[in-house]
Amino acid sequence: MDNPKPRTRNKKFTEDDLKKELETQEYEYGFYTDIESDTFPKGLNEDIVRAISKKKNEPEWMTEWRLEAFRIWQEMEEPEWANITYKKPDFQDIAYYSAPKSVDPNKTLDDVDDDLLVMYKKLGISIDEQKRMNNIAMDIVVDSVSVATTFKDTLAKKGIIFMPISEAIQEHPELIRKYMGTIVPQTDNFYAALNSAVFTDGSFCYIPKGVKCPMELSTYFRINEGGTGQFERTLLIADEGSYVSYLEGCTAPARDENQLHAAVVELIALDDAEIKYSTVQNWFPGDKHGNGGVYNFVTKRGICYENSTISWTQVETGSAITWKYPSCILRGDNSVGEFYSIAVTNNYQQADTGTKMIHIGKNTRSTIISKGISAGKSQNSYRGLVQVNSRADNARNFTQCDSLLMGNECGAHTFPYIEVKNKTAHIEHEATTSKIGEDQLFYCNQRGIDTEKAIALIVNGFSKEVLNKLPMEFAVEAQKLLEISLEGSVG
Amino acid sequence: MLEIKNLHAGIEDKEILRGIDLKIKAGEIHAIMGPNGSGKSTLASVIAGNETYEVLEGDIVLDEESVLEMSPDERAHKGVFLSFQYPVEIPGVTTTNFIKTAINAKRKAQGLEDLPAKDMLKMIREKSDLLEMDRKFLSRSLNEGFSGGEKKRNEIFQMAMLEPKLAILDETDSGLDIDALKIVANGVNKLKSKDNAVIIITHYQRLLEYIVPDFVHVLFNGKIVKSGGKELAHELEEKGYDWVKNL
Repeated sequence: MDNPKPRTRNKKFTEDDLKKELETQEYEYGFYTDIESDTFPKGLNEDIVRAISKKKNEPEWMTEWRLEAFRIWQEMEEPEWANITYKKPDFQDIAYYSAPKSVDPNKTLDDVDDDLLVMYKKLGISIDEQKRMNNIAMDIVVDSVSVATTFKDTLAKKGIIFMPISEAIQEHPELIRKYMGTIVPQTDNFYAALNSAVFTDGSFCYIPKGVKCPMELSTYFRINEGGTGQFERTLLIADEGSYVSYLEGCTAPARDENQLHAAVVELIALDDAEIKYSTVQNWFPGDKHGNGGVYNFVTKRGICYENSTISWTQVETGSAITWKYPSCILRGDNSVGEFYSIAVTNNYQQADTGTKMIHIGKNTRSTIISKGISAGKSQNSYRGLVQVNSRADNARNFTQCDSLLMGNECGAHTFPYIEVKNKTAHIEHEATTSKIGEDQLFYCNQRGIDTEKAIALIVNGFSKEVLNKLPMEFAVEAQKLLEISLEGSVG
Repeated sequence: MLEIKNLHAGIEDKEILRGIDLKIKAGEIHAIMGPNGSGKSTLASVIAGNETYEVLEGDIVLDEESVLEMSPDERAHKGVFLSFQYPVEIPGVTTTNFIKTAINAKRKAQGLEDLPAKDMLKMIREKSDLLEMDRKFLSRSLNEGFSGGEKKRNEIFQMAMLEPKLAILDETDSGLDIDALKIVANGVNKLKSKDNAVIIITHYQRLLEYIVPDFVHVLFNGKIVKSGGKELAHELEEKGYDWVKNL
């Protein structure tokens, strides 16, 4: 049998090409230096893993790390414990590397799907951003470039490293080798192993000792988001006494053709550090009949050393399937883990999401606030583990899981697991289930508020505790997103 | 302003309103009284457009336009306001946010821009003072944890904010102590003008001592069996509802 080999291009590299590449590079801020379109053949084997590594000019140790992950993955079974049903992907029918799409000079916004444009308008997304998301050439890029350059300068002055992980592997191998895979090892689970073998890019961030990152790493990231990959890998290290707020994702609907997404995010909060990590996930959820949509299998985990805090906030409205448990290992004494989540499912979407709080250190505290909103024929599950180890004296946890149902055909499920091995632990769990009632809707209608707006109001009220945790600018967008995700859910 | 013609309405197969005729002019206050189960609250719901009830026959005309085909929010935009007997709770949504949304929805329907925040706050201050409301209620979730009286006062506050053309007060007096009743009544009286009208639905004539109606109608078994001036309320109070059953 022939082993599929990656295609290589032997086009002569001219000065014009270089100029063009530099321009693009500047616009993309170096996230992608290779704009030539090439895609690897479908299928996964050691050669493909090697080829990805080669494509990224990776050092030998990285290639070996990937291969190790691949071998582990081959021995693993796809997990079946989650409360989701779907047709398992054929892993040999996926192309594991495809270069980012370049701008099509003939394309205009008129070529973009009308539904998508309507949604952009509702979300208040600028024309420039709309174009960028649809690979349309932009008239004005100067503004965003200058903004990004200013950001880069500010960050550099503080010694903050923020770059694509592929570059970090080249430029900061010591940090990568020290931390990558320490929180989510290659052996962790089926999808994490797969990601470890084939990840193509993602972000790397290092905040030096005592540095408070002066800005939300958001606008910057959003500008860079054009080439979000199928297998993203993010590594974020907050050194002692530092602080960072990191925003991932975009409220704009992402119609990715890749059905399977398996990202890995690792956070390291060293002593006295604080990391806030906010996500808005709005991948294509499939149509209203349940066709298509992204399968989102994500492993996110952080470790907290002494007196440090990791706070996860997520707004999950997209994807046909969501399988995601952003977790905290509270290793250091007095460390704090937080998880604030809103998960919306509509039509045939399925979400199985929650968190794990592992209390190891003394006086560790964790808070879990989960808001599940189910509409249509969707299934929405909260799955959470609170584990208190024997040496974790005076550990505290507060968990609140609220479910809001719309209509009679959806489901809300709660699977809380509590494992306590220390008598001094204090665990609280609260759960509620409610339904948007006709009386509530009529009340709003009577005040002149139409049904769509009334649902948005009720849902926003229900989600408020979590929305309040998002950075201001993101929170406003997230509110609109909730509205749009539930449109048409009450007939 | 409002004309109800031979209105028959019910829920599923059960007819509750069996031919109601009622004419209300701008500047008038009408009281509708009747025993439990006579159809008072149903009438209020049907005017407001609650789709739980089906209109079987007749018409409801507001400003020379039938509202039967209009959704509840469209009717609200035309100036219909219902003070609910049992106001619902909406967790996480403050009264301020709720009323702001309602006012701007109405303005949008009228082709107006959102009311500037400054004007909104000024209006909120005025109207809450009118009803002697503790403003901390306004930043609490709508009706959540409110006492019965607080909920009713909040309803009238919303009425004051929305400045409706036709206000229907459904058992607004129930759950109010005498002091709160006076405040609410005083608020309604101040909001009253020659351009708007009020329908007061009540079981007792207590509220009518403070908001004096121009007309009183007695509803029994889905029909208006007697109409008269304010003295009819006193007569009812004296003779009891058994009296109307034999009319």
